[in-house]
Amino acid sequence: MDGLIACKELTVSFGDRAVLNRFSFQIPDRGVIALSGPSGCGKTTLLRVLAGLQPLQGGMVEGGTPQQTALLFQDDRLLPWRTVKQHLTDVLPKSRWQEVPGLLALVELEGEETSLPSALSGGMGRRLALARCLALDARLYLLDEPFAGIDLPRALRILERLKGLPAPVLLVSHEPAVLSAAGTVVELDGPPLHKR
Amino acid sequence: MGWASVPSGPVRFPPQRGKDGTNRKRNLPLKRLLYALPAPAFWLGVWQVCAFLVDRHVNGRGNELLLPYPLSVWNAFVSMAGSGVFWSAVLASLGRIALGLACGTLLGALLAVLTCASRWADRLLSPAIRVVRAAPVASFILLVLLWTGRNRVPAVIAALMVLPVVWGSLSQGIHAVDKKLLELARCCRFSGRKTLCLIYLPSLRPHILSALTTAAGLAWKSGVAAEVLCLPEPSLGQRIYYTKYYLDIPELFAWTAVAVTLSMALEHILRACLARWGRGWTV
Repeated sequence: MDGLIACKELTVSFGDRAVLNRFSFQIPDRGVIALSGPSGCGKTTLLRVLAGLQPLQGGMVEGGTPQQTALLFQDDRLLPWRTVKQHLTDVLPKSRWQEVPGLLALVELEGEETSLPSALSGGMGRRLALARCLALDARLYLLDEPFAGIDLPRALRILERLKGLPAPVLLVSHEPAVLSAAGTVVELDGPPLHKR
Repeated sequence: MGWASVPSGPVRFPPQRGKDGTNRKRNLPLKRLLYALPAPAFWLGVWQVCAFLVDRHVNGRGNELLLPYPLSVWNAFVSMAGSGVFWSAVLASLGRIALGLACGTLLGALLAVLTCASRWADRLLSPAIRVVRAAPVASFILLVLLWTGRNRVPAVIAALMVLPVVWGSLSQGIHAVDKKLLELARCCRFSGRKTLCLIYLPSLRPHILSALTTAAGLAWKSGVAAEVLCLPEPSLGQRIYYTKYYLDIPELFAWTAVAVTLSMALEHILRACLARWGRGWTV
Protein backbone atom coordinates (compact mmCIF):
# COMPACT_ATOMS: atom_id res chain seq x y z
CA MET A 1 0.00 0.00 0.00
CA ASP A 2 1.67 3.24 -1.18
CA GLY A 3 1.03 5.62 1.74
CA LEU A 4 0.19 9.29 1.52
CA ILE A 5 0.37 9.67 5.28
CA ALA A 6 2.42 7.36 7.47
CA CYS A 7 1.91 7.00 11.20
CA LYS A 8 5.08 5.70 12.80
CA GLU A 9 5.06 4.14 16.25
CA LEU A 10 2.41 6.47 17.64
CA THR A 11 2.15 6.34 21.40
CA VAL A 12 -0.55 8.06 23.42
CA SER A 13 -1.33 7.40 27.06
CA PHE A 14 -3.77 8.85 29.53
CA GLY A 15 -2.12 8.50 32.93
CA ASP A 16 -0.78 4.96 33.17
CA ARG A 17 -3.04 3.61 30.44
CA ALA A 18 -1.48 3.44 26.97
CA VAL A 19 -4.26 3.92 24.44
CA LEU A 20 -1.99 3.76 21.42
CA ASN A 21 1.23 1.83 21.93
CA ARG A 22 3.82 2.14 19.13
CA PHE A 23 1.05 2.11 16.57
CA SER A 24 2.20 2.17 12.93
CA PHE A 25 -0.07 2.54 9.98
CA GLN A 26 -0.15 3.92 6.41
CA ILE A 27 -3.01 5.74 4.76
CA PRO A 28 -3.29 5.38 0.97
CA ASP A 29 -3.88 8.46 -1.22
CA ARG A 30 -7.54 7.54 -1.98
CA GLY A 31 -10.38 5.35 -0.81
CA VAL A 32 -12.17 4.61 2.43
CA ILE A 33 -10.36 3.00 5.34
CA ALA A 34 -12.52 1.88 8.24
CA LEU A 35 -11.21 1.63 11.79
CA SER A 36 -12.97 -0.85 14.01
CA GLY A 37 -12.47 -2.22 17.47
CA PRO A 38 -13.96 -2.24 20.96
CA SER A 39 -14.60 0.97 22.88
CA GLY A 40 -11.50 2.52 24.39
CA CYS A 41 -9.06 0.86 21.98
CA GLY A 42 -7.90 4.23 20.62
CA LYS A 43 -9.91 4.83 17.44
CA THR A 44 -11.02 8.35 18.35
CA THR A 45 -7.60 9.10 19.84
CA LEU A 46 -5.96 8.13 16.54
CA LEU A 47 -8.25 10.50 14.62
CA ARG A 48 -7.53 13.30 17.11
CA VAL A 49 -3.80 12.70 16.79
CA LEU A 50 -4.04 13.00 13.00
CA ALA A 51 -6.14 16.18 13.38
CA GLY A 52 -3.51 17.66 15.70
CA LEU A 53 -5.85 17.81 18.70
CA GLN A 54 -4.09 15.13 20.75
CA PRO A 55 -0.40 15.45 21.65
CA LEU A 56 1.76 12.39 21.14
CA GLN A 57 3.99 10.84 23.78
CA GLY A 58 5.99 9.11 21.08
CA GLY A 59 6.16 8.45 17.35
CA MET A 60 5.44 10.73 14.44
CA VAL A 61 3.08 11.37 11.53
CA GLU A 62 4.75 11.77 8.15
CA GLY A 63 3.41 13.09 4.88
CA GLY A 64 0.69 15.37 6.17
CA THR A 65 -0.03 18.15 8.62
CA PRO A 66 -3.06 18.61 10.88
CA GLN A 67 -4.00 21.68 8.79
CA GLN A 68 -4.57 19.36 5.82
CA THR A 69 -7.10 17.19 7.63
CA ALA A 70 -10.84 17.59 8.21
CA LEU A 71 -12.28 15.94 11.31
CA LEU A 72 -15.88 14.92 11.94
CA PHE A 73 -16.26 14.76 15.71
CA GLN A 74 -18.12 11.96 17.48
CA ASP A 75 -20.77 14.55 18.44
CA ASP A 76 -22.35 16.79 15.80
CA ARG A 77 -21.22 20.19 17.22
CA LEU A 78 -23.77 22.08 15.15
CA LEU A 79 -24.33 25.77 15.81
CA PRO A 80 -27.97 26.18 16.92
CA TRP A 81 -28.09 29.73 15.48
CA ARG A 82 -26.93 28.82 11.94
CA THR A 83 -29.04 27.30 9.18
CA VAL A 84 -28.07 24.19 7.23
CA LYS A 85 -26.78 26.28 4.34
CA GLN A 86 -24.90 28.64 6.64
CA HIS A 87 -23.14 25.69 8.27
CA LEU A 88 -21.61 24.95 4.89
CA THR A 89 -20.96 28.50 3.72
CA ASP A 90 -19.25 29.19 7.05
CA VAL A 91 -16.49 26.71 6.20
CA LEU A 92 -16.40 27.20 2.44
CA PRO A 93 -14.65 30.19 0.86
CA LYS A 94 -17.05 32.41 -1.10
CA SER A 95 -15.64 31.17 -4.40
CA ARG A 96 -16.87 27.64 -3.53
CA TRP A 97 -20.39 28.50 -2.30
CA GLN A 98 -21.82 26.95 -5.47
CA GLU A 99 -20.73 23.58 -4.06
CA VAL A 100 -23.37 23.72 -1.30
CA PRO A 101 -26.14 21.87 -3.24
CA GLY A 102 -23.70 19.14 -4.26
CA LEU A 103 -22.57 18.65 -0.67
CA LEU A 104 -26.18 18.51 0.51
CA ALA A 105 -26.97 16.00 -2.23
CA LEU A 106 -23.98 13.89 -1.16
CA VAL A 107 -25.45 13.50 2.33
CA GLU A 108 -29.08 13.47 1.06
CA LEU A 109 -30.09 16.67 2.82
CA GLU A 110 -31.51 18.59 -0.14
CA GLY A 111 -34.38 21.00 0.56
CA GLU A 112 -33.23 21.72 4.13
CA GLU A 113 -31.06 24.74 3.30
CA THR A 114 -33.00 27.16 5.50
CA SER A 115 -33.66 24.80 8.41
CA LEU A 116 -32.05 25.37 11.78
CA PRO A 117 -30.45 22.39 13.58
CA SER A 118 -33.36 22.34 16.06
CA ALA A 119 -35.65 21.41 13.16
CA LEU A 120 -33.48 18.47 12.09
CA SER A 121 -33.70 14.89 13.33
CA GLY A 122 -30.65 13.23 14.92
CA GLY A 123 -29.69 11.52 11.67
CA MET A 124 -30.17 14.71 9.64
CA GLY A 125 -27.98 16.61 12.10
CA ARG A 126 -25.31 13.94 11.71
CA ARG A 127 -25.48 14.23 7.94
CA LEU A 128 -25.16 18.02 8.19
CA ALA A 129 -22.07 17.63 10.39
CA LEU A 130 -20.68 15.21 7.80
CA ALA A 131 -21.40 17.62 4.94
CA ARG A 132 -19.68 20.45 6.85
CA CYS A 133 -16.62 18.25 7.37
CA LEU A 134 -16.53 17.29 3.68
CA ALA A 135 -16.84 20.97 2.71
CA LEU A 136 -13.40 21.59 4.17
CA ASP A 137 -10.58 21.53 1.69
CA ALA A 138 -8.56 18.61 3.07
CA ARG A 139 -6.06 15.96 2.01
CA LEU A 140 -7.44 13.52 4.58
CA TYR A 141 -10.97 13.20 5.97
CA LEU A 142 -11.24 11.78 9.49
CA LEU A 143 -14.78 10.69 10.29
CA ASP A 144 -15.63 9.52 13.80
CA GLU A 145 -18.76 7.36 13.57
CA PRO A 146 -20.18 9.32 10.62
CA PHE A 147 -23.26 7.13 10.27
CA ALA A 148 -24.45 7.13 13.89
CA GLY A 149 -28.22 7.58 13.82
CA ILE A 150 -28.40 7.21 10.02
CA ASP A 151 -30.40 4.33 8.53
CA LEU A 152 -28.22 1.62 7.00
CA PRO A 153 -29.31 1.84 3.32
CA ARG A 154 -28.67 5.59 3.35
CA ALA A 155 -25.36 5.13 5.19
CA LEU A 156 -24.22 2.66 2.53
CA ARG A 157 -25.25 5.02 -0.29
CA ILE A 158 -23.30 7.88 1.32
CA LEU A 159 -20.33 5.56 1.88
CA GLU A 160 -20.27 4.71 -1.84
CA ARG A 161 -20.11 8.45 -2.61
CA LEU A 162 -17.28 8.93 -0.11
CA LYS A 163 -15.25 6.42 -2.10
CA GLY A 164 -15.30 8.89 -5.00
CA LEU A 165 -13.73 11.73 -3.00
CA PRO A 166 -10.37 12.96 -4.25
CA ALA A 167 -8.84 12.48 -0.76
CA PRO A 168 -8.69 9.40 1.48
CA VAL A 169 -11.31 8.90 4.19
CA LEU A 170 -10.45 7.31 7.53
CA LEU A 171 -13.65 6.45 9.35
CA VAL A 172 -14.58 4.82 12.62
CA SER A 173 -17.56 2.49 12.63
CA HIS A 174 -19.02 -0.37 14.62
CA GLU A 175 -21.56 -1.30 11.93
CA PRO A 176 -20.59 -4.60 10.23
CA ALA A 177 -22.30 -3.64 6.95
CA VAL A 178 -20.35 -0.37 6.80
CA LEU A 179 -17.11 -2.17 7.62
CA SER A 180 -17.65 -4.73 4.88
CA ALA A 181 -18.52 -1.98 2.37
CA ALA A 182 -15.37 0.02 3.19
CA GLY A 183 -12.34 -0.57 0.99
CA THR A 184 -9.98 -1.45 3.84
CA VAL A 185 -10.69 -2.31 7.44
CA VAL A 186 -8.16 -1.79 10.21
CA GLU A 187 -9.01 -3.48 13.47
CA LEU A 188 -7.70 -1.88 16.59
CA ASP A 189 -7.85 -4.36 19.38
CA GLY A 190 -5.17 -2.79 21.48
CA PRO A 191 -1.64 -3.88 20.65
CA PRO A 192 -0.73 -5.98 18.72
CA LEU A 193 -2.43 -4.49 15.65
CA HIS A 194 -4.35 -6.75 13.29
CA LYS A 195 -5.09 -5.77 9.72
CA ARG A 196 -7.25 -7.57 7.26
CA MET B 1 -16.95 16.87 -7.29
CA GLY B 2 -19.09 19.28 -9.24
CA TRP B 3 -21.92 21.02 -7.44
CA ALA B 4 -24.88 22.87 -9.00
CA SER B 5 -25.98 26.25 -7.65
CA VAL B 6 -28.95 26.78 -5.36
CA PRO B 7 -30.90 30.00 -4.75
CA SER B 8 -30.08 31.49 -1.38
CA GLY B 9 -32.69 33.02 0.92
CA PRO B 10 -33.47 34.01 4.50
CA VAL B 11 -34.75 31.57 7.11
CA ARG B 12 -38.53 31.24 6.73
CA PHE B 13 -40.96 29.72 9.14
CA PRO B 14 -44.56 28.97 8.14
CA PRO B 15 -47.00 31.58 9.55
CA GLN B 16 -48.79 30.44 12.70
CA ARG B 17 -52.50 30.02 12.05
CA GLY B 18 -55.42 29.51 14.39
CA LYS B 19 -58.01 26.75 14.07
CA ASP B 20 -60.12 28.99 11.84
CA GLY B 21 -57.16 29.50 9.50
CA THR B 22 -56.63 33.19 10.39
CA ASN B 23 -53.17 34.52 11.11
CA ARG B 24 -52.68 34.34 14.86
CA LYS B 25 -50.17 37.21 14.75
CA ARG B 26 -52.99 39.70 14.03
CA ASN B 27 -54.50 39.17 17.48
CA LEU B 28 -51.15 39.44 19.21
CA PRO B 29 -51.20 43.15 20.26
CA LEU B 30 -54.68 42.74 21.80
CA LYS B 31 -53.59 39.57 23.63
CA ARG B 32 -50.44 41.28 24.88
CA LEU B 33 -52.52 44.19 26.16
CA LEU B 34 -54.91 41.83 27.94
CA TYR B 35 -51.97 40.06 29.58
CA ALA B 36 -50.21 43.30 30.52
CA LEU B 37 -53.15 45.33 31.88
CA PRO B 38 -54.38 43.36 34.94
CA ALA B 39 -51.23 43.79 37.08
CA PRO B 40 -50.92 47.62 36.75
CA ALA B 41 -54.71 47.95 37.15
CA PHE B 42 -54.56 45.90 40.35
CA TRP B 43 -51.74 48.01 41.86
CA LEU B 44 -53.46 51.24 40.84
CA GLY B 45 -56.51 49.97 42.68
CA VAL B 46 -54.41 49.14 45.77
CA TRP B 47 -52.87 52.64 45.62
CA GLN B 48 -56.30 54.27 45.33
CA VAL B 49 -57.64 52.29 48.32
CA CYS B 50 -54.56 53.09 50.45
CA ALA B 51 -54.77 56.80 49.57
CA PHE B 52 -58.46 56.76 50.51
CA LEU B 53 -57.68 55.12 53.88
CA VAL B 54 -54.96 57.71 54.59
CA ASP B 55 -57.36 60.47 53.55
CA ARG B 56 -59.92 59.27 56.12
CA HIS B 57 -57.37 59.41 58.96
CA VAL B 58 -55.85 62.84 58.28
CA ASN B 59 -57.35 66.25 57.75
CA GLY B 60 -56.71 68.99 55.21
CA ARG B 61 -53.68 68.55 52.91
CA GLY B 62 -52.19 65.81 55.11
CA ASN B 63 -53.21 63.23 52.55
CA GLU B 64 -51.26 65.06 49.84
CA LEU B 65 -48.15 64.96 52.06
CA LEU B 66 -48.29 61.26 52.91
CA LEU B 67 -49.88 59.36 50.03
CA PRO B 68 -51.54 61.34 47.21
CA TYR B 69 -54.33 59.90 45.06
CA PRO B 70 -53.33 58.53 41.63
CA LEU B 71 -55.43 61.31 40.04
CA SER B 72 -53.47 64.03 41.91
CA VAL B 73 -50.24 62.51 40.62
CA TRP B 74 -51.64 62.38 37.08
CA ASN B 75 -52.66 66.06 37.32
CA ALA B 76 -49.19 66.96 38.60
CA PHE B 77 -47.66 65.04 35.69
CA VAL B 78 -49.89 66.78 33.12
CA SER B 79 -48.97 70.22 34.45
CA MET B 80 -45.25 69.27 34.50
CA ALA B 81 -45.30 67.80 31.00
CA GLY B 82 -46.64 71.07 29.61
CA SER B 83 -43.54 72.99 30.65
CA GLY B 84 -40.22 73.23 28.84
CA VAL B 85 -38.36 72.57 32.11
CA PHE B 86 -39.77 69.05 32.21
CA TRP B 87 -38.50 68.12 28.76
CA SER B 88 -35.09 69.71 29.22
CA ALA B 89 -34.69 67.90 32.57
CA VAL B 90 -35.80 64.56 31.09
CA LEU B 91 -33.59 64.84 28.00
CA ALA B 92 -30.54 65.98 29.97
CA SER B 93 -30.89 63.11 32.47
CA LEU B 94 -31.54 60.61 29.70
CA GLY B 95 -28.41 61.78 27.86
CA ARG B 96 -26.19 61.64 30.96
CA ILE B 97 -27.40 58.22 32.07
CA ALA B 98 -27.32 56.72 28.55
CA LEU B 99 -23.75 57.99 28.18
CA GLY B 100 -22.80 56.45 31.52
CA LEU B 101 -24.50 53.18 30.57
CA ALA B 102 -22.69 53.06 27.21
CA CYS B 103 -19.28 53.85 28.73
CA GLY B 104 -19.76 51.42 31.61
CA THR B 105 -20.90 48.65 29.26
CA LEU B 106 -18.01 49.18 26.87
CA LEU B 107 -15.43 49.32 29.64
CA GLY B 108 -16.99 46.34 31.45
CA ALA B 109 -16.91 44.29 28.22
CA LEU B 110 -13.29 45.22 27.50
CA LEU B 111 -12.24 44.35 31.04
CA ALA B 112 -14.12 41.02 30.82
CA VAL B 113 -12.21 40.11 27.65
CA LEU B 114 -8.93 41.21 29.24
CA THR B 115 -9.42 39.36 32.53
CA CYS B 116 -10.54 36.19 30.72
CA ALA B 117 -7.63 36.34 28.28
CA SER B 118 -4.87 37.03 30.78
CA ARG B 119 -4.41 35.51 34.23
CA TRP B 120 -2.26 38.44 35.29
CA ALA B 121 -4.87 40.97 34.20
CA ASP B 122 -7.44 38.94 36.14
CA ARG B 123 -5.29 38.95 39.30
CA LEU B 124 -4.67 42.66 38.98
CA LEU B 125 -8.08 43.96 37.95
CA SER B 126 -10.65 41.60 39.49
CA PRO B 127 -10.13 42.79 43.11
CA ALA B 128 -10.44 46.43 42.04
CA ILE B 129 -13.69 45.75 40.15
CA ARG B 130 -15.06 43.82 43.13
CA VAL B 131 -14.26 46.79 45.38
CA VAL B 132 -16.17 49.09 43.00
CA ARG B 133 -19.11 46.65 43.10
CA ALA B 134 -19.18 46.51 46.90
CA ALA B 135 -18.51 50.18 47.71
CA PRO B 136 -21.55 52.34 48.66
CA VAL B 137 -22.76 54.46 45.77
CA ALA B 138 -23.03 57.54 48.04
CA SER B 139 -19.27 57.43 48.73
CA PHE B 140 -18.55 57.39 45.02
CA ILE B 141 -20.97 60.22 44.36
CA LEU B 142 -19.25 62.46 46.91
CA LEU B 143 -15.76 61.53 45.72
CA VAL B 144 -16.57 62.06 42.04
CA LEU B 145 -18.24 65.37 42.97
CA LEU B 146 -14.97 66.47 44.57
CA TRP B 147 -12.88 65.29 41.62
CA THR B 148 -15.03 66.50 38.68
CA GLY B 149 -17.75 69.03 37.93
CA ARG B 150 -21.25 68.27 39.21
CA ASN B 151 -22.61 67.92 35.66
CA ARG B 152 -20.32 64.93 35.05
CA VAL B 153 -21.13 63.05 38.26
CA PRO B 154 -24.33 61.21 37.13
CA ALA B 155 -22.68 59.79 33.98
CA VAL B 156 -19.53 58.75 35.86
CA ILE B 157 -21.57 57.15 38.66
CA ALA B 158 -23.85 55.33 36.20
CA ALA B 159 -20.75 53.99 34.37
CA LEU B 160 -19.13 52.92 37.66
CA MET B 161 -22.25 51.05 38.76
CA VAL B 162 -22.75 49.39 35.35
CA LEU B 163 -19.13 48.32 34.84
CA PRO B 164 -18.93 45.53 37.48
CA VAL B 165 -22.32 44.11 36.45
CA VAL B 166 -21.33 43.88 32.78
CA TRP B 167 -17.85 42.63 33.66
CA GLY B 168 -19.22 39.89 35.96
CA SER B 169 -21.86 38.68 33.55
CA LEU B 170 -19.62 38.69 30.47
CA SER B 171 -16.69 37.05 32.31
CA GLN B 172 -19.04 34.28 33.36
CA GLY B 173 -20.33 34.03 29.78
CA ILE B 174 -16.85 33.88 28.25
CA HIS B 175 -15.83 31.09 30.64
CA ALA B 176 -19.05 29.22 29.81
CA VAL B 177 -18.55 29.24 26.01
CA ASP B 178 -18.64 25.61 24.85
CA LYS B 179 -15.03 24.43 24.53
CA LYS B 180 -16.15 21.82 22.01
CA LEU B 181 -17.37 24.58 19.69
CA LEU B 182 -14.03 26.37 20.05
CA GLU B 183 -12.30 23.10 19.14
CA LEU B 184 -14.61 22.86 16.14
CA ALA B 185 -13.66 26.42 15.13
CA ARG B 186 -10.00 25.40 15.29
CA CYS B 187 -10.63 22.31 13.15
CA CYS B 188 -12.70 24.29 10.65
CA ARG B 189 -9.85 26.82 10.49
CA PHE B 190 -12.10 29.76 11.41
CA SER B 191 -10.40 33.15 11.58
CA GLY B 192 -10.50 35.08 14.86
CA ARG B 193 -13.28 37.30 13.50
CA LYS B 194 -15.32 34.29 12.38
CA THR B 195 -14.89 32.59 15.77
CA LEU B 196 -16.02 35.82 17.46
CA CYS B 197 -19.07 36.27 15.22
CA LEU B 198 -20.14 32.61 14.92
CA ILE B 199 -19.33 31.25 18.35
CA TYR B 200 -18.51 33.85 21.01
CA LEU B 201 -21.16 36.50 20.28
CA PRO B 202 -24.13 34.10 19.85
CA SER B 203 -23.02 32.16 22.97
CA LEU B 204 -22.68 35.40 24.94
CA ARG B 205 -25.99 36.83 23.77
CA PRO B 206 -28.05 35.74 26.82
CA HIS B 207 -25.31 37.05 29.12
CA ILE B 208 -25.15 40.39 27.25
CA LEU B 209 -28.95 40.69 27.39
CA SER B 210 -29.10 39.92 31.10
CA ALA B 211 -26.18 42.26 31.86
CA LEU B 212 -27.63 45.14 29.86
CA THR B 213 -31.12 44.91 31.32
CA THR B 214 -29.75 44.78 34.89
CA ALA B 215 -27.27 47.54 34.08
CA ALA B 216 -29.93 49.83 32.57
CA GLY B 217 -31.98 49.74 35.78
CA LEU B 218 -28.88 50.25 37.91
CA ALA B 219 -27.69 53.16 35.75
CA TRP B 220 -31.02 54.93 36.28
CA LYS B 221 -31.10 54.34 40.03
CA SER B 222 -27.52 55.48 40.61
CA GLY B 223 -27.63 58.27 38.01
CA VAL B 224 -30.76 59.86 39.49
CA ALA B 225 -29.37 59.44 43.03
CA ALA B 226 -26.23 61.29 41.89
CA GLU B 227 -28.39 64.03 40.37
CA VAL B 228 -30.34 64.43 43.62
CA LEU B 229 -27.08 64.84 45.57
CA CYS B 230 -25.18 66.97 43.03
CA LEU B 231 -28.05 68.95 41.44
CA PRO B 232 -26.72 69.32 37.89
CA GLU B 233 -28.68 71.81 35.79
CA PRO B 234 -31.15 70.78 34.30
CA SER B 235 -31.88 67.30 35.59
CA LEU B 236 -34.59 64.95 36.74
CA GLY B 237 -32.80 64.48 40.06
CA GLN B 238 -32.76 68.23 40.65
CA ARG B 239 -36.53 68.35 40.12
CA ILE B 240 -36.97 65.46 42.56
CA TYR B 241 -34.83 67.37 45.11
CA TYR B 242 -37.06 70.44 44.73
CA THR B 243 -40.21 68.37 45.36
CA LYS B 244 -38.67 67.38 48.71
CA TYR B 245 -37.77 71.05 49.38
CA TYR B 246 -41.33 72.25 48.70
CA LEU B 247 -42.99 69.08 50.04
CA ASP B 248 -44.75 68.62 46.68
CA ILE B 249 -45.42 64.90 47.05
CA PRO B 250 -47.70 64.45 44.01
CA GLU B 251 -44.91 65.92 41.88
CA LEU B 252 -42.37 63.60 43.57
CA PHE B 253 -44.58 60.66 42.61
CA ALA B 254 -44.90 62.03 39.06
CA TRP B 255 -41.11 62.46 38.66
CA THR B 256 -40.56 58.97 40.07
CA ALA B 257 -43.06 57.57 37.57
CA VAL B 258 -41.23 59.41 34.77
CA ALA B 259 -37.88 57.92 35.93
CA VAL B 260 -39.39 54.41 36.10
CA THR B 261 -41.00 54.78 32.67
CA LEU B 262 -37.75 56.03 31.12
CA SER B 263 -35.79 53.18 32.72
CA MET B 264 -38.25 50.61 31.40
CA ALA B 265 -38.27 52.23 27.95
CA LEU B 266 -34.47 52.19 27.85
CA GLU B 267 -34.45 48.52 28.86
CA HIS B 268 -37.05 47.73 26.17
CA ILE B 269 -35.06 49.56 23.48
CA LEU B 270 -31.89 47.71 24.49
CA ARG B 271 -33.67 44.36 24.33
CA ALA B 272 -35.12 45.17 20.89
CA CYS B 273 -31.72 46.33 19.59
CA LEU B 274 -30.03 43.20 20.87
CA ALA B 275 -32.69 40.95 19.30
CA ARG B 276 -32.09 42.69 15.97
CA TRP B 277 -28.34 42.57 16.41
CA GLY B 278 -28.49 38.83 17.10
CA ARG B 279 -30.41 38.20 13.90
CA GLY B 280 -27.98 40.26 11.88
CA TRP B 281 -24.72 38.53 12.86
CA THR B 282 -22.87 37.63 9.69
CA VAL B 283 -19.30 37.01 8.71
